Amino acid sequence: MHAIPHPHVHEEHHEEAGFWSKYVFSTDHKIIGIQYGFTALCFLFFGFCLMLMMRWQIAHPGVPVPLVGPLLEALLGPMAAKGIVSNDLYNSFGAMHGTIMVFLAIVPLAFGAFGNYLVPLQIGAPDMAFPRVNMASYQFYVLGGVVMFFSFFIPGGAAQAGWTSYPPLAVAVPTMGQTFWLLGMVLLITSSLLGAVNFIATVIQLRAPGMTWMRLPFFVWAQFVTAFLLLLAFPPLEAAGVLQLMDKVAGTSFFLPTGLAVGGNLANISGGGSPLLWQHLFWFLAHPEVYVLILPAMGVVCEIIANNTRKPIWGYKSLVYAVLTLGFLSFIVWAHHMYLTGMGIRIATFFQTTTMIISIPSVIILTCMFISLWGGSIRFNTPMLFVMAFLPMFGIGGLTGLPLGFSYSDIHLHDTYYVIAHFHYIVAPGTIFALFAGIYFWFPKATGRMMSEFWGKVHFWGSLIFMNLIFQPMFAQGMAGMLRRMADGGANYSTAKNPDAIGGLSAHMMELHTYILWAAVGLALAQIPFIINFFWSISHGTPAGSDNPWHSTTLEWQTPTPPPHGNFAKAPQVYRGPYEYSVPGHATDFTPQNQPD
Amino acid sequence: MEIPYTVEARPDTGLYNAKVGIWLFLASEVMLFGALFSTYILLRVGAPEGFWPHGWLNIPVGTVNTLVLITSSITTVMAWASLKMNQFSRFKFFHACTLCLALTFVGIKSYEYHDKFMHYEIILKDGKIADGHLVKRTADEVTISGHYVEDRKELFDLRAAGAHHEHTEITIPKAQIKKMENYGPWHSTYLAIYFTLTGLHALHVIGGAIVIGFLWGPGTRLWKKDPERFTNRIEISGLFWHFVDLVWIFLFPVLYLL
Amino acid sequence: MSEHTTDQAADHFSHHIRRYLFVFYALLFGTLITVGASYIPFGNREVNIGVALFIAICKASLVACYFMHLISERKMIYFIMAFTAFFFAGLMFLTLWSFGDFPWHTVTH
Repeated sequence: MHAIPHPHVHEEHHEEAGFWSKYVFSTDHKIIGIQYGFTALCFLFFGFCLMLMMRWQIAHPGVPVPLVGPLLEALLGPMAAKGIVSNDLYNSFGAMHGTIMVFLAIVPLAFGAFGNYLVPLQIGAPDMAFPRVNMASYQFYVLGGVVMFFSFFIPGGAAQAGWTSYPPLAVAVPTMGQTFWLLGMVLLITSSLLGAVNFIATVIQLRAPGMTWMRLPFFVWAQFVTAFLLLLAFPPLEAAGVLQLMDKVAGTSFFLPTGLAVGGNLANISGGGSPLLWQHLFWFLAHPEVYVLILPAMGVVCEIIANNTRKPIWGYKSLVYAVLTLGFLSFIVWAHHMYLTGMGIRIATFFQTTTMIISIPSVIILTCMFISLWGGSIRFNTPMLFVMAFLPMFGIGGLTGLPLGFSYSDIHLHDTYYVIAHFHYIVAPGTIFALFAGIYFWFPKATGRMMSEFWGKVHFWGSLIFMNLIFQPMFAQGMAGMLRRMADGGANYSTAKNPDAIGGLSAHMMELHTYILWAAVGLALAQIPFIINFFWSISHGTPAGSDNPWHSTTLEWQTPTPPPHGNFAKAPQVYRGPYEYSVPGHATDFTPQNQPD
Repeated sequence: MEIPYTVEARPDTGLYNAKVGIWLFLASEVMLFGALFSTYILLRVGAPEGFWPHGWLNIPVGTVNTLVLITSSITTVMAWASLKMNQFSRFKFFHACTLCLALTFVGIKSYEYHDKFMHYEIILKDGKIADGHLVKRTADEVTISGHYVEDRKELFDLRAAGAHHEHTEITIPKAQIKKMENYGPWHSTYLAIYFTLTGLHALHVIGGAIVIGFLWGPGTRLWKKDPERFTNRIEISGLFWHFVDLVWIFLFPVLYLL
Repeated sequence: MSEHTTDQAADHFSHHIRRYLFVFYALLFGTLITVGASYIPFGNREVNIGVALFIAICKASLVACYFMHLISERKMIYFIMAFTAFFFAGLMFLTLWSFGDFPWHTVTH
């Protein structure tokens, strides 16, 4: 139950009302959204650092990491002896980079931060349907993150069997890192499930009067479908996580086959299990998970396009039906990650067919976004630049997925650098660009100040150029046969080491690693203006001048800045759709959703 | 602005918020137990012929537990109906029954688990296999109440004709033992999935009982302030409880009878 | 559903309570015949499985429809559960199918 906001009273009691209940144990969706945002950005930074160390090792195998080598050795002990990223350490960096980026950075940022902050505002609600459950979901997330983070510092280090944790390897590795990973995952999944229930119930039940389903901003539709994916796809992975935990801790053999030998010795287990079972349960989640990574970003992109072209999004209905279809289909395509597990023709064909079909709604969404630019009065501000770059970058990422979706071409490309390039194009200059755009765009709503346009553009161009320089060569490396997850970057398979071998990796392919490393360093440098801009602008940025500096139509911009506890004094009445821009005959080029005729 | 529809139904959906929330949560639970049932099917189908156990669980005990849970389901719905009819003391009575039945269920389950942990399979160095419940263990010998088998396969289908053995006390010197393992989840994939499914189910029983217990005890304060809201909470916790019963309706035949 | 908790509801509810009791007796009966049926030697184990699952589905339906009031629930809830049922079936069926489908000439022991 929330009291009608009395801002003056709150200010008076600022010291006594308690820092803790207002900012740490808050049930207000906006505070929780910001909490998610800060935590997620910290993990994004951490995962990025892991990547830099991995790229160093790949480009210069066996050479101590410059600057941080001694620190690594001090923190991690023998695994980082002499400041060199050892093979085991490389494997744990790889596994944790993936885990952290997917589960601790992108999803909490896209769904937890943006979703929590904006969805109640955009539907005209005072908060989420279950505010205390919301707080609990953030706390589970932090707990899971802490467990994952500390796994680096236990003897033997963090999980080493990839973010996919395939058994028997994941179970057979004798250290505790995998156990920490499994516990962390159970906590993170719980957080996501609580969040998903909240989002769906909120959108169904708390839409303001007049906010019909087809008047919802596309951002809300995208988050709604995302929540359904999280709700129904995560539990099988939670089950699988429990099963693997039991394999590791209780000696069961859910995923361990009869006759398993580890290090040349027959394992003392009952056997009878199936490693493939893990893969099915894992990918049942992990495929919808990739749509969880992209859908909120698509929502952000549509909002920013409509606002900065000063016209409605083209094909709103198509977008809605496409995103619903996408969500539905995403549950029945998962085994395209498993084409090389010895599947039969029939089942491979089934999954290949559903995979091809699912590209249709994706293309529809991207097409609607492109067409929305046509005839627009485009404002090239920083959010719009990121969003416009998103379109071709996501296009490249999506199109390069097609040879992976066909089972016969996947035989050649599976587990190569081509796959790395494909999914990074979608998530890095795809989702992350959209999220950057969202930060620049909604910053004035949360703080009342604008971020610097100049440094925003520096950040944009630097990120765009270096992201492409990092990932574009990887397509070539993958097609040349360079496999993933090799701590020496494939040196063992190079023609330099094996001059007589057929199909060895050429010197040129190996050389690309050096260029990629430089591009990664460039990308790191390009983020510095963003980080400084972000923190500096909170207190020193140009004042926004109004509650709606972008002249936007959606409801979050029709509140004070920042929105008070309870968001609206009373429920707003919605009269029109979300993108009433440049309506002929109107005095202004935008009409807010809650403005009566 | 206060959050609407916490008690009264939203006109177009006809639902109050918590009801949407609990059904969404139950949907995720269906997927959770669904994954475990899939696991059961795959492990069973993948087991070599003749090596999937039958009859390892005590059917009369399981049947009693099933009846206990079904009874707790009717007491739960009766507790909610009593509140709808403004009969607070009958609500207290029915949910007290629910809680007692929940404790009974967990108690019986614990007895069953203990029984499995006391049941040992001992492989001797000469190849013979002894199987039975632990009677005594000393420094140099182990005594079980059971029987010997020549072929390990005989231990699996205990519901087949002629599977019944005389149980006698067998004492085995430890020096003759090659491997001694009790019927825990590590013993075989059947027991692994049995313990996991029933363990997770039992955790849900305990969780549900804690929530119902809280509402039955300290939570009744809300009945005086906002009886409709309190009744809704009983309905929501009841829905969770029925789901737990529903899962057991499938667990019982699958694990005990088939 | 949030009807007013008045004494008039008592009359309305006695009809519901008869229904609950009937479901309860049906569940007890269902339990006993499930156990009994598992002892009938149909010859083929698959038949036992089929019978047991059929009875279980009947019992589960009774609990869901009457104790959980699903039979008189709103469309929104039906939507949610229908999608869940579809994906649940997909998970079970597709996983099982992929275990049974092999490339040509695969040797299975």
